[in-house]
Amino acid sequence: MSLSAASPQTIVPSVGQRSGIVEAISDLFFARPKFLTLVLLLPPLLWIGIVYVGSLFALLLQSFYSLDDFSGVIIHEVTLSTYAQLLEDANIQIIVRTVLMSAVVTVACAIIAFPIAYYAARYARGWTKALFYLAVMMPLWSSYLVKVYAWKLILAKEGIVTWLAAKLHVSWVIDGLLAVPIIGGPSLSFSYIGTFLVFVYIWIPYMILPIQAALERVPTNYIEASADLGASSRQTFWTVIFPLALPGIIAGSIFTFSLTLGDYIIPQIVGNSRLFIGQAVYTLQGTAGNIPLAAAFTVVPMAIMGVYLWMAKRMGAFDVL
Amino acid sequence: MSPAVRFTNVSRRFGAVRAVDGVSLDIAPGEFFAMLGPSGSGKTTCLRLIAGFEQPDDGHIDIFGETVDGVPPYKRNVNTVFQDYALFPHLTVGENVAYGLMIKGVDRSEREKQAKDALAMVKLAGYEQRRTAQLSGGQRQRVALARALVNGPKVLLLDEPLGALDLKLREQMQDELKTLQRDLGITFVFVTHDQGEALSMADRVAIFNDGKIVQIGSPSDVYERPTSRFVADFVGSSNVLPPQFATSHGGAHWWTSLRPEKISVAGPATLVPAVHAHADGEIKSVSYKGSVTRLTVATDELRLIAESPIGAAKFKQGDRVRLIWPKSAMIAMEGDA
Repeated sequence: MSLSAASPQTIVPSVGQRSGIVEAISDLFFARPKFLTLVLLLPPLLWIGIVYVGSLFALLLQSFYSLDDFSGVIIHEVTLSTYAQLLEDANIQIIVRTVLMSAVVTVACAIIAFPIAYYAARYARGWTKALFYLAVMMPLWSSYLVKVYAWKLILAKEGIVTWLAAKLHVSWVIDGLLAVPIIGGPSLSFSYIGTFLVFVYIWIPYMILPIQAALERVPTNYIEASADLGASSRQTFWTVIFPLALPGIIAGSIFTFSLTLGDYIIPQIVGNSRLFIGQAVYTLQGTAGNIPLAAAFTVVPMAIMGVYLWMAKRMGAFDVL
Repeated sequence: MSPAVRFTNVSRRFGAVRAVDGVSLDIAPGEFFAMLGPSGSGKTTCLRLIAGFEQPDDGHIDIFGETVDGVPPYKRNVNTVFQDYALFPHLTVGENVAYGLMIKGVDRSEREKQAKDALAMVKLAGYEQRRTAQLSGGQRQRVALARALVNGPKVLLLDEPLGALDLKLREQMQDELKTLQRDLGITFVFVTHDQGEALSMADRVAIFNDGKIVQIGSPSDVYERPTSRFVADFVGSSNVLPPQFATSHGGAHWWTSLRPEKISVAGPATLVPAVHAHADGEIKSVSYKGSVTRLTVATDELRLIAESPIGAAKFKQGDRVRLIWPKSAMIAMEGDA
């Protein structure tokens, strides 16, 4: 056999000539990239499908069952009576209270977070940027419970806030706030004001980071272009920077809004002991053993978030993404 | 009439770097003016100084006779076409073009009409409702142009306007920009590192190096009569002859520029006509460029590059040849002698 005749086969071996199971598998993956994608996606798909969506579905199903008031036994028949129960006055109050608190907390977080995020994205460089990340992230590294209890002490009648207000002769501000009906109370830590303050403190990093990320993506030359076309700094802010930061604000508000909707620890520790949705669910599935109503309560935040996202989409908040 | 743009001894420093170093310059109204130079030569900083994105550390800038010292960009009657266009992604094409009018408070129907006209002028009629992400590079460039021109600027600044386009489109846009400028009569100032672009479009070219203007003049001026080795080398390619070589071949005792296309290539013993100079050498490389053939020839003293439209094809690497050029083609350059 001449060399020239043999060379094509020795230089370019066909697939069939390769040996070993590993090579065979890698050849198969190369030939069928979709199969490779499927293999790689299977574990996360199973996780999301069974553990996540599956349990959610089970929860949804529970909300269509009902509790027999006399025996305390769950009747496994599809009915809307649990939802009818959800719409009773006392439960509606819980829902309205929670949604209002979530909305106010979200707006406050956005207002406080925006300047911080703006500074970090546009001005902080080098070590000031590192300091910013540290300041925003560090509270997340310590225990949530510790922070909430710390706030209970800070806001207590004998706490540092009351003490400081007395020293500065501004106790009347706090007294005035606490005298306001509904949001007031015997002390900051036993009022909606206290609950609100702690919520804002705990969730604000989840608002700052997405806004900062959105602002980082606004190139300097958009701002220059806007100035070039005659816009003052204020006009540039409202017509260019703010619209481009909006997806970040929406993303942050999804975090703060849904986290407040579902939280049951903060209102239990700091506040006036009126129930929020999370506490209602906790009580219903625990001591009351009313799983169907607890499940129906859980559907409320999901429905609210669904409507919220749909509205944000309609307003074009995600167009730039 | 006062010049459209006047730089008086303008400097701009970034830390220790003098980005613009004592530049004085007059740009006439209605002129198509090019700032040409390698990257980091200060040309873009000059443009940003006119736009107002930078303020001079020293010197003064006037636009149509009025000082713009300390005047912010949004109060200047100049508009910029940015290098990467900087179109707003959250606005439609129409809204982008109407942006400047919206800021000025022009009412909606009027600004929509003007935006429509501006888009028609750049041949994008009917694109008002598109998103900018759906446009090609050439279309974005046109939108950026319309967005700037709709404001009726006294001076239009263009920062590497054709840099991101492919060759065919670039040539087409060169013609269109030139026509547009002539029709509108607006002063255009554009920055480029592409000497071909500067020569073919501009009425006048300023060549920048190290933050200074090294030569300023019409395209044929700077090409035919470079005054420094830098310009001879940067604008087109040139043979830069040292003073001794120039003298021994009938030139002056200066550093001298000799354009490759002025040199004709002939057989070794060809007679040299009167008022011509010659040098003998060996062809080191032949590179075919389509319309011309470029030969690198090693003479006893130095290597010369010759470009020949026809005939050169018959020579090949290693051939002995005689290079012949008119003595008048040797341009003595001042400054570097």
